[in-house]
Amino acid sequence: MVTKAKAREELSLSVIDAIAHKHNEQPGAVIPALQEIQEAYGYVPPVAIERIAENIGVPASEIYGIVTFYAQFRLEPVGENLLKVCHGTACHLSGAERIAEAVAQATGAKEGQTSQDGKFTIERVACLGCCSLAPCVMINNEVHGRLTPESVNKIVSEIQEAEKLAQAK
Amino acid sequence: MSWERDRRNGNWAVRVGLASCGLAAGGQKVYDALSAQLNAHGLRNVELKRTGCMGLCYREVLVEVTSPQGKRIFYKNVTPEQVQRIVEEHLVGGKPVAELVIPNDEIDSLLSKQKRIVLRNCGIIDPESIDDYIEAGGYKAIQTVLQSRSPREVTDEITRSGLRGRGGAGFPTGLKWGFARKSPGNQKYVICNADEGDPGAFMDRSVLESDPHSVIEGMLIAGYAIGASEGYIYVRAEYPMAIHRLEIALEQARERGFIGDGILGYDFDFNIGIRQGAGAFVCGEETALIMSIEGRRGMPRFRPPFPAQSGLWGKPTNINNVETLANVPWIILNGANAFNVHGTEKSKGTKVFALAGKIARGGLIEVPMGISLKEIVFDIGGGTSSGLDFKAVQIGGPSGGVIPASLADLPVDYESINQTGAIMGSGGLIVMDESACMVDVAKFFLNFTQDESCGKCTFCRIGTLRILEVLDRISKGEGAPGDIERLQELAQAVKKASLCGLGQTAPNPVLTTLKYFRGEYEAHINERKCPAKKCQALITYEIIPAKCPGCGLCAKYCPADAISGERKKPYVIDPEKCIRCGMCMSVCRLGAISVH
Repeated sequence: MVTKAKAREELSLSVIDAIAHKHNEQPGAVIPALQEIQEAYGYVPPVAIERIAENIGVPASEIYGIVTFYAQFRLEPVGENLLKVCHGTACHLSGAERIAEAVAQATGAKEGQTSQDGKFTIERVACLGCCSLAPCVMINNEVHGRLTPESVNKIVSEIQEAEKLAQAK
Repeated sequence: MSWERDRRNGNWAVRVGLASCGLAAGGQKVYDALSAQLNAHGLRNVELKRTGCMGLCYREVLVEVTSPQGKRIFYKNVTPEQVQRIVEEHLVGGKPVAELVIPNDEIDSLLSKQKRIVLRNCGIIDPESIDDYIEAGGYKAIQTVLQSRSPREVTDEITRSGLRGRGGAGFPTGLKWGFARKSPGNQKYVICNADEGDPGAFMDRSVLESDPHSVIEGMLIAGYAIGASEGYIYVRAEYPMAIHRLEIALEQARERGFIGDGILGYDFDFNIGIRQGAGAFVCGEETALIMSIEGRRGMPRFRPPFPAQSGLWGKPTNINNVETLANVPWIILNGANAFNVHGTEKSKGTKVFALAGKIARGGLIEVPMGISLKEIVFDIGGGTSSGLDFKAVQIGGPSGGVIPASLADLPVDYESINQTGAIMGSGGLIVMDESACMVDVAKFFLNFTQDESCGKCTFCRIGTLRILEVLDRISKGEGAPGDIERLQELAQAVKKASLCGLGQTAPNPVLTTLKYFRGEYEAHINERKCPAKKCQALITYEIIPAKCPGCGLCAKYCPADAISGERKKPYVIDPEKCIRCGMCMSVCRLGAISVH
């Protein structure tokens, strides 16, 4: 499991090609290949679409169609921390909009965007399935529940503090 | 059951609920603290166990202590700081820490109306241990089947049980298996649909995280019954923990010879692979799901041919939901008659619900079919969490509808729920109190379905957007006379002219709220009022000077800089700047903000 979005890594064609090659004989390989690419880079770089197209023998336009159809795939790099704000039914009823607003304030990133310092990317998701702990937010694959605007603000500041400390060292 | 094993060993057992909910509440830290404390005290007669969802999500983090005599005690909302007391006072001293224990009457009222078939092992076994599953009777059903039953007999047993598809539509499972079995072809597939996309639903996630082997065993039995040698589990990528535990379970099952070629020495081969869903709600529809496994855009196609005739790669395919499959081994072991004694005439067995929303005791429950909504909300769920009046339940997610409190005596079975205009769905049950605005609820779901429509059918693609536009207008106080009729007309058109379940059911949230709460729509349209004080354009926030100590917290959190004042004096909200997000109200600890 990725604990932190691995963004802004150098694009290495050999990695992309290795992933594409691994899948090229399998039927239905495009989606797992794209998922591995995104796992490695945090997003699907345009060059990866071309390489998968060549390796698997599917037109690039079709792969682009797949990437844009599924909500999971991103065509832009993500920040160092990925925050998925849940807007499921239970979260909606418990004030998900206010949590989203507090997240935007604390990180300086709007929904669907990355903060200018590249630290945070904010996504809106349909449901994390942690409804009994609503409202909740997933930060780098870890779910935080029973949030208030204040507590989510605190969690973001803790991440910021921890990174400042790490940098100082 | 493994807690019986703890008793035989004369050991204490300590279980920590570590499914996603438990982890989100800080379960891993509690587990680590327990581990450290047990070591520090050198307690060798205590077995510390990781387990899945215990169902009492509202009390997470949960720790269950079973004494050597078999007495079980649940600790609620446990923090790492409390662990030392539990270990010293209870495990060393033999006396439970009374103020941290969930009272017996609470446990009784929660459990007495439940019947756990699907959740038989959830919260009891370690989901990452195949031995635990086997000890609890796991993989016995597949052995029985391979040893002494023909595929036809297995299918007949499932048919007799009355089991219907738990994904929502309620199609008889035995019948479905029969179609796939009779379809000609050497290569057939079994697919487990774990693309639990309904917002407000977490049944499948909990089962996969808590008892993954039961689903795998269900797939094996289905594979044997229809003559398939390959299976796929299509699971949402948003569920990393479920995927992680499934991977472990598959690896263990392969090692033990439950999956692979010549299973347990019989002439039966079956392999299972995982496919991660890439975040498209429509892929819960079976033909779209198949498209997605084939590596394409998940767009539904016309049926017939049904997947049982021509499914994955054009081969006969049987698709069942997680909960359906988890029922299967139990039915084989206990017999169809033990299953169909529960439930109503046409809806047999039990149903798992994810109970959430404004409910005092939210969590994962399993109830016999035919229980009333009232019993679920009040007896099991303990009523609303806010103390406000119970207003309605939303059942079936975006495909379902809202059932008002006045119909709370309704028995939970497929037919009764269909009559209300909602559907059983996969098990999301969201309880709403008086603070919920029904126009807002309808808008919420249409926003979702409009976004998730794959775009193939014009009426779904554009019709849901038109419905959403009308709802949006109404919620802003810009509704016009005739809007209600317009909504009804659009809703019927979308229902009739859509190919798949997504479009056919998308208008249900609108139609049911209109049917039961028409007055709220009329208040928005005619009086420009939101009776529940939810719709932003129709409300104003004010600070009550007498209650405001001037702490400035609201001003700090206001995203619009609309609140100003001097410290230690009452603050004021500038109505021109206020965007009515309600942030001030949710951060104020003194109730000094009013809305009207």
